[in-house]
Amino acid sequence: MTATLEVLRTQPRSRRIRIGRSGYLIAALCLVICTVMLLPLVLSVLASLKPPAEAAATPPTYFPHALSVESYQRLWDYQAGLPRYLANSLCTALLTIGLTLVLTVPAGYALARFPIPAKEAVFVLLLLALIVPYQALLTPMFLMFARIGLTNSLLGLAILHTAVQLPFSLYILRNSFSAVPQELEEAAIVDGASSWQVLVRIFIPSTVPAIVTVALFAFITSWNEFLGALVMMSKSSSFTLPLILASARTETSLGGTDWGMLQAGITISIIPCVLVYLLLQRYYVSGLMSGAVK
Amino acid sequence: MHRSRRDRFIGIAYLTPALVFVLAFTAYPLGRMIWISLNNWSLITPPRYVGLANYQRAFSDHQFWVSLIFTLKYTALITPALIVGGYLLALLTAPNLRLRRYTRTVVFIPVVIGLGVSSLLWYWLFSTDFGLVNRILMDLGLIHEPVLWLGVDADRSNLAISISVIWKVIGFGMVLFVGAIQAIPTEITEASMVDGASYWQRVLRVTLPLTLRTILLVTLVSVIGSLLAFDQFYIMTAGQPQNETATSVFYVYLNSFPYLKLGYGAALSTILAVTILAVTVLQLLLTRRSHS
Repeated sequence: MTATLEVLRTQPRSRRIRIGRSGYLIAALCLVICTVMLLPLVLSVLASLKPPAEAAATPPTYFPHALSVESYQRLWDYQAGLPRYLANSLCTALLTIGLTLVLTVPAGYALARFPIPAKEAVFVLLLLALIVPYQALLTPMFLMFARIGLTNSLLGLAILHTAVQLPFSLYILRNSFSAVPQELEEAAIVDGASSWQVLVRIFIPSTVPAIVTVALFAFITSWNEFLGALVMMSKSSSFTLPLILASARTETSLGGTDWGMLQAGITISIIPCVLVYLLLQRYYVSGLMSGAVK
Repeated sequence: MHRSRRDRFIGIAYLTPALVFVLAFTAYPLGRMIWISLNNWSLITPPRYVGLANYQRAFSDHQFWVSLIFTLKYTALITPALIVGGYLLALLTAPNLRLRRYTRTVVFIPVVIGLGVSSLLWYWLFSTDFGLVNRILMDLGLIHEPVLWLGVDADRSNLAISISVIWKVIGFGMVLFVGAIQAIPTEITEASMVDGASYWQRVLRVTLPLTLRTILLVTLVSVIGSLLAFDQFYIMTAGQPQNETATSVFYVYLNSFPYLKLGYGAALSTILAVTILAVTVLQLLLTRRSHS
């Protein structure tokens, strides 16, 4: 924290010492970089608003000559309908958040605060999914899910996403719980609080940022995940948003891809991620740091 | 500590759900995968034990090598771009000045969107007749005919897909590098400024050595991510031409699901998992060493 503040204070001074021209150069560079990064997203949103004829034009236009929501209307009615796919993606993501928290909050608490036999070994076992990529485990998982009726099921997909997300979440929560001051907990125990009450009244309220981070990453992972959903979902009515869009790309390609509709779908998939990111940026970056420095 | 026995019991109770979950949905599939890899199994007929034959088969399978070499080529193309590009962006955006902070936020935006969705977006941008990449290049006079970017030539597809993924993930490395650069104590930076070192001399002699651990870390995370590439190739080339752009994970997917060669698919998965494990162990060793 102090380091950041120091940077804040010293940097402008060092900039001022140097000639102003490099300042302009850097500003220009920043603007160019922002433009390049935003351009694909802006072009996609604009393309989703082109009237159908223009969206299918060769060569393509940069900016729509007229605006139309027809691509969104077609997406709304595409196959089982956009509401269905949105609901599938959203339910899977919410189930993933719920499952992840239900499993990792108590486990993180146990690892941080209780004497567990062979604690290190248990922790490593729980982090198993960090070393084994889930891409490699899809065949056995598919066979198991097929046997217990969890294929084409949002719960099944959420279980898969939870398995992917569990090590990161557990790691973050265990570290946050370990950082909660011991005195708080002891005071509550003296007052006769049970371990569950200590968890709910002391640990959870004092680790809200970590819990938000865990929920945020579970959401993003689940909302965006593709290969697992591709393997687990064979009925198009249980497709998530990325799946139905990918299949719209190939299915309509015989009669020409419906580019406008595809861009409408891309726009809709991107909006929640970008909103959540801009609102919870702090949690995002801190989660990334603590997750990567494992 | 007088409640220690009871505490132990309570602790295990809190731990049990997660433990059962990991045993059921990670450890069991792992064991099952190894068992399946020792059998020939097509779902229709019962599994038949074949020992290590599936592994031997992989090494004489032409497509296995095509996929592996293509995946390595992709990794070799994209990793330096991500590290060097991400580091330069971090140098630019590390100072907490307004415009630079905004730039950092903007560069990170594509990281939060899905790889599948960003691949669809770039599938459109790179499409021959409807894509804006060809339109821009033609307007700039750099090309005269629309280029067939995807699914016709393996190297050109690799380049196009790498560009799309660089756009998507470069912010990841940048943010971690920014964290590392900001964590350098100011006295060190100030001391080298007093010494009269130029900006780039300072970067080379102070910033780079002090952030080496993060550079290693981001490199290995990027390498693992690239070795596991699937979505972008499935969506943008579907492995075309002739599975030349089918990555290793893609080939596992093809064998296990469309082809239903479960045993062979599992053997390929195991080889993949061991490869990733080797890279992870390397990562742990390197970070341990540079830590101490």
